[in-house]
Amino acid sequence: MAKIRGAVVVDKERCKGCNVCVVTCPTNTLSLAREVNSKGYNFAYMENPEACIGCANCAVVCPDSVITVYKVKLQDA
Amino acid sequence: MDVKDIIKEENLVYKKSAIITDNTMHYCPGCTHGTVHKVVAEVIEEMGIQDKTIGVSPVGCSVLAYNYLDIDWQQAAHGRAPAVATAINRLYPEKYVFAYQGDGDLASIGCAEIIHACNRGENITVIFINNAIYGMTGGQMAPTTLEGMKTATTPYGRDVKLAGYPLKITELIAQLPGTCLVTRESAESAVAVRKLKKMIRKAFENTGKKKGTSFIEVVSTCNSGWKLSPVESNTWMKENMFPFYPLGTMKDI
Repeated sequence: MAKIRGAVVVDKERCKGCNVCVVTCPTNTLSLAREVNSKGYNFAYMENPEACIGCANCAVVCPDSVITVYKVKLQDA
Repeated sequence: MDVKDIIKEENLVYKKSAIITDNTMHYCPGCTHGTVHKVVAEVIEEMGIQDKTIGVSPVGCSVLAYNYLDIDWQQAAHGRAPAVATAINRLYPEKYVFAYQGDGDLASIGCAEIIHACNRGENITVIFINNAIYGMTGGQMAPTTLEGMKTATTPYGRDVKLAGYPLKITELIAQLPGTCLVTRESAESAVAVRKLKKMIRKAFENTGKKKGTSFIEVVSTCNSGWKLSPVESNTWMKENMFPFYPLGTMKDI
């Protein structure tokens, strides 16, 4: 079991659904939602939250700075 | 462990820089401008020079950059950002002055300004976004358009007999003695963005040390101008732009 768990928070309203974060994610955590935000973009969301390792690659490549990343180290995993 | 337990202030690893304002960027989805803005903001925040930085924005999509970075800005006439930055730098030598330009702005109409500003070794940083077309006006051919590349004004591809060869402006500038850092980067992956950030940090530090002109080219995409999706345009850029515009540092003294 993974010793590090991460979580990603996407600002749904400001996300433009460019898909760059989804492609960059090394663990296939992210995906574009089927529903859209008020501007009509399919925003990114965590499809597999368990897979996230909090590497922040998605946030680093996000052109609109809409991603915030959190990470924890689990004690006995 | 639930996701809600992870999302806590003490577990934060990455958040939007405080220099980036809350305005939604007008750039197309996946535009490299947003990524470069973010990197510039992070460097300014880390160096703690928010009140000492003056940006000069060009004509092009990034003309509205003042809406997104919470620093002082001046908007220059088409191609004249290095000339305006020169004036600001000479009046306020203790400030960090940077020009932010696109390829239509810097390599075409502003070719004389950039060459002479770099030749004089003005103490400024120049960030050059090269997406090989004029993005804002609808994807026309720029000096940096690749040979055979289809644009709005070259629908059969750029013909070098008619329009000349693509201009490698960064290689030209590397020859000039006034420059202290000349490099070509990209911003399509996390690795590339981190490297770009390192280079922009170095450029701002050079400005602080009054070493001369630092010139950073960022090979970029224009997905709406290239008529591709953001991810496809990143792939197109890697396959077609990188062989002609190889990444790397040409000069670092």
